Amino acid sequence: MPDPSTEYSFDPAAEVAEREVGEPPGLGPWRLAARRLRRNRVALGFLALFFLIVALCLAAPLYADHVAGIGPSDNNLTGKVERGGEQRDVVTPDGTPIGPGFGKEYLLGADANGRDVAVRLLYGGRNSLFVGFMSALITTLIATALGLIAGYFRGKTDLATRTLFDILWSFPVLLFAIALGTALAVGGLDLGPIHIAGNSIWIPTLVIGFVLIPYLGRPIRGQVLSLREKEFVQAAEASGMGPWRIIFGELLPNLSSTIIVFTTLIVANNIILEAGLSFLGAGIQPPAPSWGNLIANGVDRLVTAPHLAIVPGLAIVLTVLSLNVFGDGLRDALDPRAKLRLRA
Amino acid sequence: MSAPLLKVSDLHVSFATEEGTVKAVDGVSFELRQGEILSVVGESGCGKSVTALTVMGLSRGPNATIEGEVNLDGKDLVTLPEDELRKVRAERIAMIFQDPMTALNPVYKVGDQIVEQILAHEDVSKQEARARAVEALRAVGIPNPDRRYDHYPHEFSGGMRQRAMIALALVLEPEVLIADEPTTALDVTIQAQILRLLEQLNRERGLAVILITHDLGVVAEVADRTLVMYAGRVVEEGSLDDIFYDPQHPYTWGLLGSLTRIDQPRPRRLPSIPGAPPSLISPPRGCHFRPRCPHEFAKCSDTPRLEARLPQSPEHLDRCWLDPDEKRARRVVEGGIGLVAGAE
Amino acid sequence: MARFAVRRLANMIFVLFAISVITFLIFNVIPSGDPALRIAGRQSNEVTRAQVREDFGFNDPVYVQYLRMMEQTISGDLISYSNRVNVREELVRGIPATASLVIGAAMIWLFFGVLFGVLSALYAGRAPDRLLTVLAMVGISLPVFWVGALLLYYLTFKVTLFPAGGYVPLTEDPASWFSHLILPWFALSLVFIGFYSRLLRSNMLDVMNEDYVRTARAKGLSERRVLVRHVMRNALIPIATLFGLDFALAFGSGAILTESVFGLQGVGQYVADSVGNLDLPPIMGTTLYAAFFVVFFSAIVDIVYARLDPRVRLNP
Repeated sequence: MPDPSTEYSFDPAAEVAEREVGEPPGLGPWRLAARRLRRNRVALGFLALFFLIVALCLAAPLYADHVAGIGPSDNNLTGKVERGGEQRDVVTPDGTPIGPGFGKEYLLGADANGRDVAVRLLYGGRNSLFVGFMSALITTLIATALGLIAGYFRGKTDLATRTLFDILWSFPVLLFAIALGTALAVGGLDLGPIHIAGNSIWIPTLVIGFVLIPYLGRPIRGQVLSLREKEFVQAAEASGMGPWRIIFGELLPNLSSTIIVFTTLIVANNIILEAGLSFLGAGIQPPAPSWGNLIANGVDRLVTAPHLAIVPGLAIVLTVLSLNVFGDGLRDALDPRAKLRLRA
Repeated sequence: MSAPLLKVSDLHVSFATEEGTVKAVDGVSFELRQGEILSVVGESGCGKSVTALTVMGLSRGPNATIEGEVNLDGKDLVTLPEDELRKVRAERIAMIFQDPMTALNPVYKVGDQIVEQILAHEDVSKQEARARAVEALRAVGIPNPDRRYDHYPHEFSGGMRQRAMIALALVLEPEVLIADEPTTALDVTIQAQILRLLEQLNRERGLAVILITHDLGVVAEVADRTLVMYAGRVVEEGSLDDIFYDPQHPYTWGLLGSLTRIDQPRPRRLPSIPGAPPSLISPPRGCHFRPRCPHEFAKCSDTPRLEARLPQSPEHLDRCWLDPDEKRARRVVEGGIGLVAGAE
Repeated sequence: MARFAVRRLANMIFVLFAISVITFLIFNVIPSGDPALRIAGRQSNEVTRAQVREDFGFNDPVYVQYLRMMEQTISGDLISYSNRVNVREELVRGIPATASLVIGAAMIWLFFGVLFGVLSALYAGRAPDRLLTVLAMVGISLPVFWVGALLLYYLTFKVTLFPAGGYVPLTEDPASWFSHLILPWFALSLVFIGFYSRLLRSNMLDVMNEDYVRTARAKGLSERRVLVRHVMRNALIPIATLFGLDFALAFGSGAILTESVFGLQGVGQYVADSVGNLDLPPIMGTTLYAAFFVVFFSAIVDIVYARLDPRVRLNP
């Protein structure tokens, strides 16, 4: 889950210097944040890594067609591939698939059905990243809306929202997602006229998006409650601004840095959550690949073909790590408190 | 004249920061005599707090460079090793801070925090320490000190909290009390009470006080002598009469000119000192006040030394090249002392 | 204080009720297809489904169905249709393994999380902090089941340092119990150690810049005393409350993945296995049990928090 962290060093003089010197003149908070972020090369490096991963996954069909020559669901139990000069079985007669090796085909090895791991990895990445992003988006939209409304209007609206959050929050996330995921996987979901099939990728997306709502909703509600008491809101109300203009014009902009940081970290969190769900079978349903169910398949054959479990896991770690590091740098840059940082 | 209690000589304090080296204190020297109340006046960022913290050794840190001498009874506090410095703190020099709300640890009882200090310095029994703590609370005018001992900071009102801070500071009977803006965060009526208390302690115990403030009204109430600081330097030093009736530095004129006066017709706008304080990373060459001073001339690009320029007042020091006659003429604005006329 | 506790209790009961309703809704009322199919499981045949329909009475009004479900659950009659096993019995059987896993891991992650957090804060900005930060960042990015798989592969297969999964009750063979749990403990605590050390580091840095810490120094207290009695005492408060909740969550659901990978036959594995069969009654039963844990521990955490932070006591 999103975790707080700031970069300044422990130094009794730090705060003193900060109070005495204040902000570099002439820069608004966004420009200041952008400047600080630009200086954080580690964070930017990981952001680049993340974009690279996304790009690779998006290019999955290109890879499948032009490099590996095989699709993600194409079995190949009897084929052979050239390695180090000799022809080797993709899958040996006793069921052991080939491991990673240098070459266009089966770069990362094959699985028990002879499918190309690299291809499935990229296609799986598309699915996993889709779920990660979209669910985070859903959570952000709903949680922000609820948090704003509850925090601004208070009274009964707040009571209802807060109770909703409390209840949702009491369900352990994974279990809740499993429960919803399994229930919906069987028959799908009917939302009025729309029917979503049980094995649609939207099921885990909606489930994860829904389950995470209180984790963003509560902090936002808390922040709105305290912002609401600040003078600029009272001034806006006194000048006759309607509640919606205040919510969108005054409150939302002040929340944006919180939202941005949280969303980044929620995406990271959701990728891992989806992986766990799919690993258990309650997320993305086979035969659609996802990093999670790839690992599940791999664990079955851990002893004979360890690469099946190791590779997708590495993909997850790299992706999530880049998001976490970048999100951290982002939070640091947007932190309004640390005006002047000491050279570490 | 007896030897001064505390003698600060040519103190320089700078901090290494992200944006550059901040020169917070640029050659400050002064003396504190026994039993006197010395006030230090200046706007935020002028270095008054850093000076005070440096005297206590609280500005030490990996990013701080401290040069100069702070002499207490023959010992130089700047170079004193940490464990000896700890003994000086609270036993010989004590400090209270601006915001009583946050200056006490919220999770411990007030009385316990006083006892903690006693036990850290003296080898006495807990009961005796407790008795002394209760006495200390009584001495600063807190009613029911026995019961109040067991209360938490948030159960005290602002004024009482500041009194408790003073009790804490003085329980080991130090010779010097540094009060950093002790009344800024308090209501005007409470301000008066706290100042009364400080005066009383000064009279009854011979306690020397360094009173840091930005409020000339406070200075006029209690100070014996005053230092006026600007951008890391002392720009004027003298007795109350000197500063209020015969100020020698344009910045002081500006401070005095911006006070509202009951005996004059109301100007349409209160005159404020034009411009803004300089950056302490790249301060102006020569006199730091030069860019804002309407009376500046060529010589001001040489840094004026802090010295007595009036033969009849050897203890009245200032940093301005102007002739004393010039000063007397130029400081009269709209019938009183000031720097610029109030805007229309 | 008593009023506070009573209100919390009432709140707890209300939330539990709401949770049971929602669980019920998830399984019986979500608009999609045949509920009998859902409950009987994907592998079921028509006979079983007919049985389910009879047992659950899908034609009855909703609240009757709800009451029936609650009655079954509370009286312990909830039956899994896939294997005709009583859900409650299975749950109870799995508790020792889950408890061993979670309690052990919790102690480990709390200890190391705090240790690394303090070290990081003390050496903030310098080499030890940078190293610990890297480790923590990697730690929070690791999927626990993948780590488990790696550990199994490298430390039980490639090199047979540890047994390859399974659970041995403490009463049967303490040494074996321990050796079977080392790897699972490690896997489960990694993520938490990363998270807690960062959280504590951040809290400590915030607290170190607070005014009362400056006051403590001005009082001439030793650095160690300032650190422990002022900085840590305050910085650990959010950690303590978070720990209570994470512990409950781990008991309820965090252990699912770890148990599944290591074959620990605990409550978590029971859930994991049920997912594979899309077998709902066990999942339902476990959800209620886990949610109860969370609600219960939330209340405890609130009470503990009030003890730790006197500012909270007066405003329940």
